[in-house]
Amino acid sequence: MRPTREVGIIGYGAYVPRYRLPATEVDRVWTDGYSGTPIKEKAVPGPDEDTATMSIEAARNALKRAGIDPVRIRAVWVGSESPPYAVKPAATIVAEAIGAVPETQAADWEFACKAGTEAMQAAIGMVGSGMMDYALAIGADTAQGRPGDALEYTAGAGSAAYLLGPKEESLAYFEASYSYVTDTPDFFRRPYQHYPQHGSRFTGEPAYFKHLLAAAQGLLNELGYTAKDFAAAVFHQPNVAFPQRAAKELGFSREQIQTGLLVSEIGNTYAASSLLGLTAILDQAKPGDRVLLVSYGSGAGSDAFSLIVTDRVVERQNKAPHTRDYIARRKEIDYALYVRYRKKLHMH
Amino acid sequence: MGIPNHWRTQHQRYRLVGEICQHCGAKLFPPRDVCPECSQPAYEPFTFSGRGQVYSHSTVLHAPRGYEEFVPYTVALVKLEEGPLVTAQLTDVDAGEAYIGMPVEMVTRKQREDGEEGAIIYGYKFRPVLQ
Repeated sequence: MRPTREVGIIGYGAYVPRYRLPATEVDRVWTDGYSGTPIKEKAVPGPDEDTATMSIEAARNALKRAGIDPVRIRAVWVGSESPPYAVKPAATIVAEAIGAVPETQAADWEFACKAGTEAMQAAIGMVGSGMMDYALAIGADTAQGRPGDALEYTAGAGSAAYLLGPKEESLAYFEASYSYVTDTPDFFRRPYQHYPQHGSRFTGEPAYFKHLLAAAQGLLNELGYTAKDFAAAVFHQPNVAFPQRAAKELGFSREQIQTGLLVSEIGNTYAASSLLGLTAILDQAKPGDRVLLVSYGSGAGSDAFSLIVTDRVVERQNKAPHTRDYIARRKEIDYALYVRYRKKLHMH
Repeated sequence: MGIPNHWRTQHQRYRLVGEICQHCGAKLFPPRDVCPECSQPAYEPFTFSGRGQVYSHSTVLHAPRGYEEFVPYTVALVKLEEGPLVTAQLTDVDAGEAYIGMPVEMVTRKQREDGEEGAIIYGYKFRPVLQ
């Protein structure tokens, strides 16, 4: 897909909370150390953090890089499966906090781990049609796994914000995008339920790999590219093994996905997962680099984007903290403190 | 404080919007519409940078109602780089880590929840400067 007017990223921003729960802690409590650990550790939000506060900080970082007045933003969109309210948008809180109100759209998007790239697709459409000059697309989550469930090792927290605008002002512009969606019951949560269910046999092959590979391959075919045409690639990362296998099947090397592969250090940040991988890549990108971004969301679907980095990336990279600055800011906690911070402890 | 009061003060709480006195140039936080320096009217909004230093601090072990979940937490007087002294919680800081003169920056965080069913109150806190 391509819009009428070419669109790019004017500013981007990352946020990862400070606390880390080592996977060995989950293993210690639930399997007495007998289970393997899919990642090293995951990022845990502090007791005063949620999807709105994490989105605000990522959005402020995106604005620092963009250097535009926030009153010119015409859409503030937050993609998340963990908004602070069931009814009341997180996006209005974010829009108010960054000073984008009142002449703006604001809404929350929902599509499991691809809610953020769904917002990005819509922002490309809005800016690309000329309906607005600037739109903010955010992916943010404070993901929860049921205590003892396999997801508890990886369900992390983070956010990434992208301020989209005309290609002429961009630090990286979109060549094209491609989306691939079917009704697949791999992962879901009913209203009023605290924790999600996963349809285990659907998780890998018929869900993640089918949709992510189809979207990536579809985009490559449409553009006439192969893996060799890209400097870097980032795939949705629920664990370390899935994106590594997807990369291999598409012909990408370990080096090409290394910079954006953050899951072992911060966990699966859901709607922020692939988008945070992209902020890490942009932090180090060079003008002319071509980057592939492919999300995956349960339910299920994938969005794929091809981006070309421009000369402006160099002056904007250091205008806000790098993704790695947040990852390096690390305070390890044990399972007990994790239970307290994530309000898993019920007092009777 | 009820919902109307939170709503009325959300600009100052979310993003440190105070006022600047058009007569003597003093920057005011919180906004109070009359300049404490020259007693003239001061209505012009001014957004503070959010950067400052810890002027003094204390650790709260017995919190007022609504703040129990954050105990122990550090409160500080923060001297903003534009001048005003602001009382606020510090966040992302360990007990004993704060010191007088510590460079801090504003972040917008959850201040408290009005119970399980009520509104979530957001506002400024300060944390050690990241960069």
